[in-house]
Formats: sequence, structure tokens, C-alpha cells
Amino acid sequence: PLWCDKVLLRASRRVEIAYFSHSQITRLYSRFHSLDKGENGALSREDFQRIPELAINPLGDRIINAFFPEGEDQVNFRGFMRTLAHFRPVEDNEKSKGHDASEPLNSRNNKLLFAFRLYDLDRDDKISRDELLQVLRMMVGVNISDEQLGSIADRTIQEADTNGDMSISFSEFIKVLEKVDVEQKMSIRFLH
Amino acid sequence: MEDAWGAARSAAQVWLSLVVGLIMLPAMFGVSLGITETYMKVLIKTLKWATFRIQKGRRERETLKPSPSNGIIQRDDGSMEKEIGELRRSRPKRPDGGDFTLSDVFYFSRKGLESIVEDEVTQRFSSEELVSWNLLTRTNNNFHYVSLRLTVLWGLGVVIRYCILAPLRITLAAIGISWLVIGTTVVGLLPSSRVKNWLSELVHLMCYRICARGLSATVHYHNKQNRPRKGGICVANHTSPIDVVILANDGCYAMVGQVHGGLMGVIQRSMVKSCPHIWFERSEMKDRHLVTQRLRDHVNDKTKLPILIFPEGTCINNTSVMMFKKGSFEIGGTIYPVAIKYDPQFGDAFWNSAKYNMVSYLLRMMTSWAIVCNVWYLPAMTQMEGEDAVQFANRVKSAIARQGGLVDLSWDGGLKRDKVKNTFKELEQKKYSSMVVGDDSSD
Repeated sequence: PLWCDKVLLRASRRVEIAYFSHSQITRLYSRFHSLDKGENGALSREDFQRIPELAINPLGDRIINAFFPEGEDQVNFRGFMRTLAHFRPVEDNEKSKGHDASEPLNSRNNKLLFAFRLYDLDRDDKISRDELLQVLRMMVGVNISDEQLGSIADRTIQEADTNGDMSISFSEFIKVLEKVDVEQKMSIRFLH
Repeated sequence: MEDAWGAARSAAQVWLSLVVGLIMLPAMFGVSLGITETYMKVLIKTLKWATFRIQKGRRERETLKPSPSNGIIQRDDGSMEKEIGELRRSRPKRPDGGDFTLSDVFYFSRKGLESIVEDEVTQRFSSEELVSWNLLTRTNNNFHYVSLRLTVLWGLGVVIRYCILAPLRITLAAIGISWLVIGTTVVGLLPSSRVKNWLSELVHLMCYRICARGLSATVHYHNKQNRPRKGGICVANHTSPIDVVILANDGCYAMVGQVHGGLMGVIQRSMVKSCPHIWFERSEMKDRHLVTQRLRDHVNDKTKLPILIFPEGTCINNTSVMMFKKGSFEIGGTIYPVAIKYDPQFGDAFWNSAKYNMVSYLLRMMTSWAIVCNVWYLPAMTQMEGEDAVQFANRVKSAIARQGGLVDLSWDGGLKRDKVKNTFKELEQKKYSSMVVGDDSSD
């Protein structure tokens, strides 16, 4: 029930709590609970797909995937918050300092890593031509021919690839996007 | 033993005569004794005080004053072109205007995550969250213990609502429904004539008035000059089955619906004896032409009562109006739009059919403080030249949304149960493709 979990959360010292205020956690838990149709304390992929605006998002399936750890089919509330924490605005970093020496989840680097992982499905830390084509095809649907899409993919890899291995590594990814305002574009502002 | 039985019987007699004399008879004749008004005044004062106490308690605990808005996140509703254009700002513009960058995914990921935290559609299928607690257990989501007085008040409220108001309301509802069945059957025995129609309307009105009292419904009707007339179609936004009682309190309508079994079936069969309502068998509902034809025949007969239709097709939580199905707007005839807005402070009228069945829903209604709502009759609308049924439906929907202060959504209320159609995703993909290939693309 709603109350029990909240007590657990307050007592917990997980890193995710540092990213959200008490009232934000409450609202997110309400939302989690309303999505959890099976009422088993965890969300499945179907629970996400029930959101119409997400179902019509061309990258909907990839985004849903980002919530599920390797090989798992259920995500609990902590995992839910963990993924959402990537989208906290960067200046709200004060609370997250001091837990450990590693980078906060909503740093510029980690936001870029989130986007990188949307492409890099097999998690080999490289975006291959095939992986790029897959994402392109998801975004454009049937409206662009294979040849045209292929040449777009080739051009993109050519622009980004500096070490000539015909794929885009994470550091090459960062370099290409160094002028993009990642902090603002990959952030969600809460109202309270 | 005998004494106890005798005492119980006389108590029941007193109770019944009080109910009949003080509530039922005045209701039947549309007269008000002022009891409900006094109750509402006391209730409003109490709730105001409770709100004040809660806010004081909240302020003492947190330094930040939470804003009264119900949204969770700030949604930046920039268009796809604007947002992706900004993402691509640092790159040189290509001659054909199209481009692909690795950062294009940022737009879709942010939109996706925003919809996961808060979306426009799924929130409409569950009860609206209140900004401030109204002393009902069922709406107690985030409100912590504040003070002893408040808890005592809540406890008192429980006693009043469950032990005094609920039995009263159930009695009234039972009387109302039995009177409807008996009255309409009796009227149905008369031959067709003006007198029969007049009597039928009287019987219907009286029953709905008694039922309205059975819910402690306070309705404010606005713009009565626009009330639906014979041979027309009345359309309204749908929140619960109670909408019918609310509207029928101020006018007579021909109902449209599916034939049910059980008590509903009995009511339907007797109603149709006194004046023509339109009940469809389950199998008939699948045949759209048959449905439209029957409705058209009814509308074309100018002596028949206006039809009451809820084009959303399902109950929505009264914060928004969802897509109006075009079927009602293809019949022809004048449309009389009506906007219904309930005040959630006194009771949540939304029927969440996934969570509650009809009986538990009605019991919840009868144990709320009251049902308070506003009904606005809007000026009649007809289909304009060159406007198809869908556009007409959207025009009527916007008018109702604007009047009722509701959000105007194009999403289908059927999304409560069904998956969204793939065509919408294909639209998004098409939009994005034109940003990738630019202006001189060959489709």
C-alpha cells in the first residue's frame, strides 16, 4: 500500500532519493502506482505502452527499454526514479553531492550516455551502421527509401568517426554534440 | 418482544412520513423547503474552515508553499520543427533544409519521458485529485494528520454521511425508481393523446426530481432559453450515469441506449410505454446504418422529445472533453450542446467503471457530501456548408469545453480500454521524415 512504501523510502538511503524532493517523490509514486495496473509494485513494458502519447512516439519502445535493466521484465519504483533522475536539470545538483565520488545521474555526460544507449542496443559501446539504421528507420517509418537512409547513415558516421573504425564510440559521440545544449534539452522541470 | 416490534414499526412509520412530507412531496412539485440550502451553507463553511486549518498545518511543516496547480512537470509544448531546429542550431544549414543529427533523438526521448511522468490521456480515466482535502476518506491521498479538531470533524462527517444521509438517500432513490416504473406503466395504459404526453412528462419529471433529492444534488441551470426543443438532439459531456438525472430534472428527453437485463431492463421497458425512448438490442448496435436510421426517424418526427446523446461514448473524469464520435452528428437535425461541470469539493461524480460497478458507485454517491454541478445550455448548432461530420463534432466539442472550463482534447475516450491506433505514430514519423529530407523531397 501507498503508505508502507513511503516509509520504506524515507528510511532508505538510496542515491535516487537525492535527486527528488519529498513532494516530488510522493507525486512520482502516485504516478507509478496509477500506471501499475497489476498492482504488484512493478511496471512491465505493457504498463508503459498503455500511455497513448508514448505509444505514438517513434522511439517509444527504445525509451521504455531504458527503464529495464539487462534481461529484466519488471521495473520497481527505485528503478523508475533512477531512470527519471537522468532528466533532472543540472543546476539542482547540490543535494546529490557527497554520496560517493561518482558522477551524478543527471550530469551532462550521463545525459549523453542515456541518448547514446538509445542507439547502442547491443551495449558494445559503439554505434554501428546497422544500429544507426535501425534507429533511423524507427523515427522515419516508411517515408524514406533504404538507399536514402543508408546514405544518411554513412554521412553521419563519416562526420563523427575520427578513428576510422566505421562506427561511433561514446567519446566521438560526445565530440559531435559538444555544441548542443544537452543540459536544457534533456531535462524535465518539476513544478514543485 | 411485541413491544420492540411495535416500536420499530412506529419508528419506521414516522421516518417514512417525515421523508415523504419534508422531502418527497416538495420535490415532486418542484418546491424547495430550504433544508438543502441550509445544509449546503453549513457544509461550505465547514469545508472552508477545514481547508484553512490544513493550509496552516502545511505551512508549519514546510517552508515552501506548494502551488495550487495539479500538474507535476512543466511541459514545453514547442512543435517538433521548433525543438529539433533548436537542437540543430549549431550546425550549418543545408541547401534543401533537411538534415539528420545524432541529437535528434533528444527531442523524442524528452517527449517520451515527459509523457511517462504525466500524460494528457490516462489521467482523465481516474478521479481528479483535489487541491485541498474535503474531509472524505476516499480523497485522502497526501494529506497528513493536522489536528485533533479536524479528525473529530472527519469522524463526525463519517457518522452523518453513513448513518443519517445514506439511509435517507437510499429510501428516496427507492421511492423514485418505484414511482417511475409504476407511474409510467399506468400512463402507458392510456390511449395516445396530448393528455398522455403531458402526464408522461409529469411522471418522468417527478421521478427524476425525487432521485435528484436522493443524491442531494444541487444543480444550477444557466441559459435556460437555449433548452433543447422537440425534434432536436441534445449532446453533453459524459461523467457518470447521474448526468441523465441532472439533465432530466429540467426537461424531458428521449433516452438512447442498450437494452439491459435486470432492474435496468424493467425500468427501460416501463419507460418506453409512456413515451418513445430508443433502446437498442446488443446486436442492433453493431449496425451503424440501422442505428442512424432509427435516430433519424425519431428526430424527423417533430412531436417527439429531443434525444439525449453522450458522444464521448464513455465516462470521463470531468476535467476534459474527449473526442466526440461523429455518429450523432451525421443524423441531421439541430444539435443542442450542453456543458455539465461538477464541483469536486462536495463529491466525486466520476464513474470509474474499471474500479467500481454500478451499485458500489451509487453507494459512493450517496455517501458523499452532496452533488453540486453547473449545467450550461449552449445555443443550438447546425452543420455548416462544406463542414463534414468530424469537423462539426469538433466544433461542438470546443464550444462545450470552453463553456465548462474543461480541457479540449482530440484523444478518443475509447483509449480507456483500447490501444491507440498506429496511424498516429505514422503521422509523427511522416512529420519527422520531412525534417530529414527537406523541402524538395519526393514522397
